[in-house]
Amino acid sequence: MSPTDQDDLVYAFDIPAEQPWSRILKKGQTLRIIDSEGEQAVDALIYVAGDTAERYSAQDTLRVQGSAYLELGTRLISNCGRVMAQITADTCGRHDTSAGCCSCESNAVRFGEATRYLHACRENFILELSRHGLTKRDIVSNLNFFMNVPIEPSGNFTVLDGPSSPGNYVDVTAEMDVLFVISNCPQVNNPCNGFDPTPIRVEIRQTPAA
Amino acid sequence: MSAQGNAQRAAANRRRYEELRAAGQELKQLPAPTAMDGAPITKDAIVQTEQVPPGWHATVRLSRGEALRICDDLGRSSASLLAWRNEDPCERINCADTVKVQWSAALSKGRMILSDMGRVLLSMIEDTSGAHDLLVGGSTADSTLKAYGEVTRNTQANFISAAAKIGLGVRDIPPCVTFFAPVTTDATGRFVWHGERKRACDFVDLRAEMNLIVAVSNCAHPLDPARPAATTPITLIRHRLPPPAADDVCRTASPEALRAYAFTDQLFA
Ligand SMILES: [Zn+2]
Repeated sequence: MSPTDQDDLVYAFDIPAEQPWSRILKKGQTLRIIDSEGEQAVDALIYVAGDTAERYSAQDTLRVQGSAYLELGTRLISNCGRVMAQITADTCGRHDTSAGCCSCESNAVRFGEATRYLHACRENFILELSRHGLTKRDIVSNLNFFMNVPIEPSGNFTVLDGPSSPGNYVDVTAEMDVLFVISNCPQVNNPCNGFDPTPIRVEIRQTPAA
Repeated sequence: MSAQGNAQRAAANRRRYEELRAAGQELKQLPAPTAMDGAPITKDAIVQTEQVPPGWHATVRLSRGEALRICDDLGRSSASLLAWRNEDPCERINCADTVKVQWSAALSKGRMILSDMGRVLLSMIEDTSGAHDLLVGGSTADSTLKAYGEVTRNTQANFISAAAKIGLGVRDIPPCVTFFAPVTTDATGRFVWHGERKRACDFVDLRAEMNLIVAVSNCAHPLDPARPAATTPITLIRHRLPPPAADDVCRTASPEALRAYAFTDQLFA
């Protein structure tokens, strides 16, 4: 990392395994999400700060870019058709926005009743959103950073092993003031995080990193 | 837990995951599509019929056990759908879980459409088409402006209007499913439109597994190259059904289906 990058740094935090986090990202600021130990999945929701009825929309984002996966250059589109943010750096190369977030209820359906009382992203999101006056109604679609979910021409849809290595990162640059909410996915039932949740690091810079 | 204990737990979780994936993708036998004349509705079973003009939307309330037939009358429309649980609209359609739980982004006869609470909203008991979209969603003001050079009636506006009329708002509009929208991904993840898979009179029968408010928007899918002027009516038929048989194709399709229907039945036990 260059010294310029360090000068630019206005915030840094290590999000423990299985924990939620949120922060307002000002227009022009860049959030770097670092997969500190590798093979971790990071679920995220984005809302317009000050008008949270406008929020990230997975279907609008996929439609606009014509592709099922998120990658460098992808514009993250709101339910009002506006560009909320853009992926401006990416050392991993695989991110998903179709598979949603895990919940106690969907885990019980997918993996059996024994998994109902395990940590899940939706619990994280509800808790973190409650700090901003938002509720379960506001969890509509999310991003899954570092999650490899290939969709075959047949429609076959599989969550594969987490593709990120220790230190891999993705940069998201805000195009407007946004509330960025993360669940550092507590999922231990599928290989998106090697069945073993680990910490991630978030850093905010004033400008896109060089 | 020790490192060895962690490794053993991860190995057991991986084994379970691989077994479920194989059952969901390699071993699963889906029923053949319904024949065009394969599922006639008798006159006395019909509760309500509505033909929705191009560009418009309709809201239908379904009681548990009733079905909604959606028919693409001339084969040139798509029908985008949202559904909320009548008694608690906070519970609503969840396309991501619908895809993830069934290991497939392809909806067809025998599949279920799930809520965000691990329960079944709708069962696809009949389907002539097998070409539907869960990933791209409906048209918007922006998508019509880009495609046609003007903002036309669109699914996003229809859903805002439909939600408002039942006391809901923009916050209550999740991703939608669109029927008669033949979208797949190619090897690199780009979306592909298969117009040749659309036929006049294609229909789906969706059985309500709880009491539902359903909103349907009749607009061209954003990937459909047809001009909006070429869009045609869809017909909605709400009809009664006999109770599902013990070997019901949807309820018995997979371990995931067995669990999802069991959780749903608990609401009505
Ligand atoms: Zn999760």
